[in-house]
Amino acid sequence: MRELGILTEALLAPSRKPMKPLLAASVVLAFAVSPAPTFANPFETKLANGLRVIVKEDRRAPTAVHMVWYRAGSMDEKDGTSGVAHALEHLMFKGTKNLRSGEFNKRVAEAGGRDNAFTSRDYTAYFQIVPKAALPEMMQLEADRMANLTLDAKEFAAEIKVVMEERRLRTDDNPHALVHEALNSLVFQAHPYRRPIIGWMDDLEHMTWQDAREWYRQWYAPNNAYVVVVGDVDHREVFRLAQKYYGPHKPHALPERKPQNEPEQVGIRRVSVKAPAKLPYLSMAWKAPKLRDVQKDRDPYALDVLATVLDGHDASRFAKNLVRGSRVAQSAGAGYDPTLRGEASFILDGQPAEGKTIAELEAALRAEIKRVQDEGVSAEELNRVKIQSVAAQVYKRDSLMAQAMEIGGAEAVGQSWRDIDTLLEKIKSVTAEEVQAVAKKYFKDDTLSIAVLDPQPVDQSKPKKPAAAVRH
Amino acid sequence: MRTLIVLLLASLTSTFALAGVRIEHWIAPSGAKVYFVETRVLPILDVQIDFPAGGVYVPAAKAGLAGLTQGLLEAGAGDLDEEQIAGRLVDIGARLGGGADSDRASVSLRTLASAMERDAALGLMRAVLSAPTFPQSVLERERGRTIASIREAETRPDAIAGKRFAAAIYPDHSYGVSPTVDSVGTITREDLVAFHRQHYGAQGAIVSIIGDVSRAEAEAIAQRLTEALPAGGGNLVPPAVKKPLRGTIKIAHPAAQSHIHIGLPAIRRSDADYFPLLVGNYTLGGGGFVSRLMKEVREKRGYAYSVYSYFAPRKLEGPFEIGLQTKREQVPDALKVVDEVLTDYIAKGPTPKELAAAKKNMVDGLALRMDSNAKLLGYLSAIGFYGLPLTYLDDFPAKVKAVTAEQVKAAFARHVKAENLVTVIVAAD
Repeated sequence: MRELGILTEALLAPSRKPMKPLLAASVVLAFAVSPAPTFANPFETKLANGLRVIVKEDRRAPTAVHMVWYRAGSMDEKDGTSGVAHALEHLMFKGTKNLRSGEFNKRVAEAGGRDNAFTSRDYTAYFQIVPKAALPEMMQLEADRMANLTLDAKEFAAEIKVVMEERRLRTDDNPHALVHEALNSLVFQAHPYRRPIIGWMDDLEHMTWQDAREWYRQWYAPNNAYVVVVGDVDHREVFRLAQKYYGPHKPHALPERKPQNEPEQVGIRRVSVKAPAKLPYLSMAWKAPKLRDVQKDRDPYALDVLATVLDGHDASRFAKNLVRGSRVAQSAGAGYDPTLRGEASFILDGQPAEGKTIAELEAALRAEIKRVQDEGVSAEELNRVKIQSVAAQVYKRDSLMAQAMEIGGAEAVGQSWRDIDTLLEKIKSVTAEEVQAVAKKYFKDDTLSIAVLDPQPVDQSKPKKPAAAVRH
Repeated sequence: MRTLIVLLLASLTSTFALAGVRIEHWIAPSGAKVYFVETRVLPILDVQIDFPAGGVYVPAAKAGLAGLTQGLLEAGAGDLDEEQIAGRLVDIGARLGGGADSDRASVSLRTLASAMERDAALGLMRAVLSAPTFPQSVLERERGRTIASIREAETRPDAIAGKRFAAAIYPDHSYGVSPTVDSVGTITREDLVAFHRQHYGAQGAIVSIIGDVSRAEAEAIAQRLTEALPAGGGNLVPPAVKKPLRGTIKIAHPAAQSHIHIGLPAIRRSDADYFPLLVGNYTLGGGGFVSRLMKEVREKRGYAYSVYSYFAPRKLEGPFEIGLQTKREQVPDALKVVDEVLTDYIAKGPTPKELAAAKKNMVDGLALRMDSNAKLLGYLSAIGFYGLPLTYLDDFPAKVKAVTAEQVKAAFARHVKAENLVTVIVAAD
């Protein structure tokens, strides 16, 4: 995100990490589901140029969320220009043929609105939250920069420095982020998910404004985008405005997307990262299936339930057994996001309590998986998963942005907002036997990658060298 | 990182809103003050109780007591242990939250409004507020976890900067004190019991309720939650704040970026200059990408990803702060730009165009700040805790519109004096 943060390492930052509440929310949203609508809402149309428009009417307050999502994220980048998707996201706030640089933010602010954008591995999205009267202006502005961005060397030179500062802030000086980055490039060796969303520093240093322009020309087209509007609006009026502002844009052919599937992993992988810190940190990633067929798949739903049983709420097993019970962990988490374009992992992570070691924590996390493999999960635990899912859906209706994110997130990976109710029903249909079966099937050392933080004393005298990840 | 900043800004803007929303107010038989909005669109209920039980009431030697007391409310209550409390909440889909800041401690509840869930959730909330047991064994565990996080935070440049900045702008005051390994280590069960007894009384309690219940139901809820609270509370007076002397503190750290905070203690929530500073700060560094700091430091020069300024008024003089992070060798250049922007703004105030833009954003943006129950709940509690008039929110647009450039200039001159500005740089060369 330009201001709030990019959706970095969604895969490798399990939900419920206290450090990143916004991030966690986004990850959860990507696999979330909605209460059964009582009438035909949302509404959808497709313009002749391929742009799809999805509108959810919610009349509680005189406000609206407008989002444009492009199906182009860091996974579509090439080696040598890692980070260009995110860099372009920054540059989208500069000038267009019709607008001076900085004018976009100014117009949103003067309308009483807020705006931002975020880049993930799978997509790049832009949004404005505004009083409803400002929606037409926002659609006009957003449609303008879909086609008319004027990139130049000078603007690029200042903005790429901002991106490098962002990388220093989020990654280089953040030991856990360094661990996530190292783990990511260990889990994925062929698949483009191996690259960090924000880009390697060396790639940022050598990026040119032409790289950004090339990215923009390739991917920013109405046929690679969709619009999501949620709020106090009439969907017919939004459709009309979409036609007016986005309709004139011409579609164009998109670059070929090669599959770049990850070869099968056969053998455990380990990496350690040294950085100034006090507590060690451990993150373990197993290869796991992603959700491909909303109707027919079963394992992704069972794995999602397993993640909730382990770490979905305050009474979950990790909180109860590892933090409060045995006190082996200062913190412990489980995360699984099956809703993505690339490949999925199931992650366990945590910090050992003071006086405990990484080895003890790893053993404790593995023991929790073994317990599910041997004994399964209880009816009470399954019931809690269902209650949590249903309650979360009701609570989500208190936020326009959460509803827009839910729709956009599903669409980003090739699902439809129409699948959202199905997802909830599928989660509720998971049995104890299925949870036990996926615990047995997917948690094998051959597909496991482990990254640890090796804490270093804070050497106050001199700046550290560039962070290095060491494999062994 | 940016999340934290957003929260800080939220505290500043937490009184935006509510125009057109009917707030009902009464005193419960228990003595608690109640603020209520009935809204039936969603089948949910949100309740928050605030107490004057923040860190300001804790002696430095026991720093951490306010947070630990609040945090351990759910560690056991009545005849329930922590596992039973957590399990029962999960079984009804309810969420109990809250925390303690400098001024207040809060406990909040979100629950489905259906009778069975609501009744069970409120029963649990009443128990943790009124009958916490503070088990010794849980205290020992949580003391250990807190100490571990303090040690961890001592390695992080952002956390070090935040702590050192608070200490520097609040010399000899509890606003400047952060929990330490030693202070947390001395906290006993008796401390928790005594702090709860003294600070969690109905007399000082603010009950905020919003959601799918009637006025009569809300009255019953407020009384049920507060009738069994301890007797303490009421007229607590924190010590006065002294202004710091101008100075720069540099702290060594190996980070790639320096973390910079510049500021001083500024205003109380009740200060008459609240609106001029709120409106004025939008142009300086509160308005995101349209602010002067963002334009000069980030957009023009690429010196920082995040740069901002805010006022966070409290019961006493809350901080004014400018913050940024920049690569360490760039610190002198970045500081020079910040200093020029601030000096110029204090001397000249906003241009007519800037002032108009700030007002337009705040007035037109009011709707965004009150478009969910969760947001409204925050405003109710702020109105209650800081004793703002019920009409305050309806008056908000008029108050913003009435601010003049001269008022902004005068208010900055009164509250942001160069002689009191403290600069803290972590990872300084």
